[in-house]
Amino acid sequence: MGDVKKFMFVNRKAPYGTIYALESLEVVLITAAFDQDVSLAFLNDGVYQLKKGQQTKGIETKNFSPTYRALEDYDVEKLYVEKESLDERGLSEDDLLVPVTVLSRAEMGTLMDQQDVVLSF
Amino acid sequence: MLHIVNKSPLTSSALENCLSIAASGEVLLIEDAVYAAAAGNAFEAKLREAMGRLKVYVLQPDLEARGMGDRLIAGVTAVDYGGFVNLTISNNTCQSWL
Repeated sequence: MGDVKKFMFVNRKAPYGTIYALESLEVVLITAAFDQDVSLAFLNDGVYQLKKGQQTKGIETKNFSPTYRALEDYDVEKLYVEKESLDERGLSEDDLLVPVTVLSRAEMGTLMDQQDVVLSF
Repeated sequence: MLHIVNKSPLTSSALENCLSIAASGEVLLIEDAVYAAAAGNAFEAKLREAMGRLKVYVLQPDLEARGMGDRLIAGVTAVDYGGFVNLTISNNTCQSWL
């Protein structure tokens, strides 16, 4: 096996309105198969991806939010959420459907700087 | 007149631009714009201010898809797809703020 690199997926879009959130999840699962050091960052409207209680029957679209709970089975366990983004949306950690690490905007910036590869969605 | 907005208020200026121009009439929030109708978001004060002169509706299926069905701002009216159609019929003109 080659060198393990630090991959960060930066998620900044709300789910369903665009395809970005779902596409990010697909690529995360692919990357996980290559035994890399994967982190997911959720900021701005991206924090909405993790909101509890998504019910998509009415819009006839696949509800992919349960997949975030399955990520740990693929050894993807580093989920970081920006506190300022939660606050701006009236959300707290309790509103999220998976355990996450909440970081300040400054801490998120530092973490981003430490990556080898950053993929933006 | 019916104004239709489909962008998140915290990502796009579409809703803000709409509310700044619309003097009266009705606004329907669909797709990612439904986040504007969820209590506690940073745009809430601007929406409430506009509700003094505009009637605001939100598309319920889009609200539920995003897990926001339980935090609708008081005074915003939820409609289903049939209600969406009725709004387009009862108004002479529609403007989609894409």
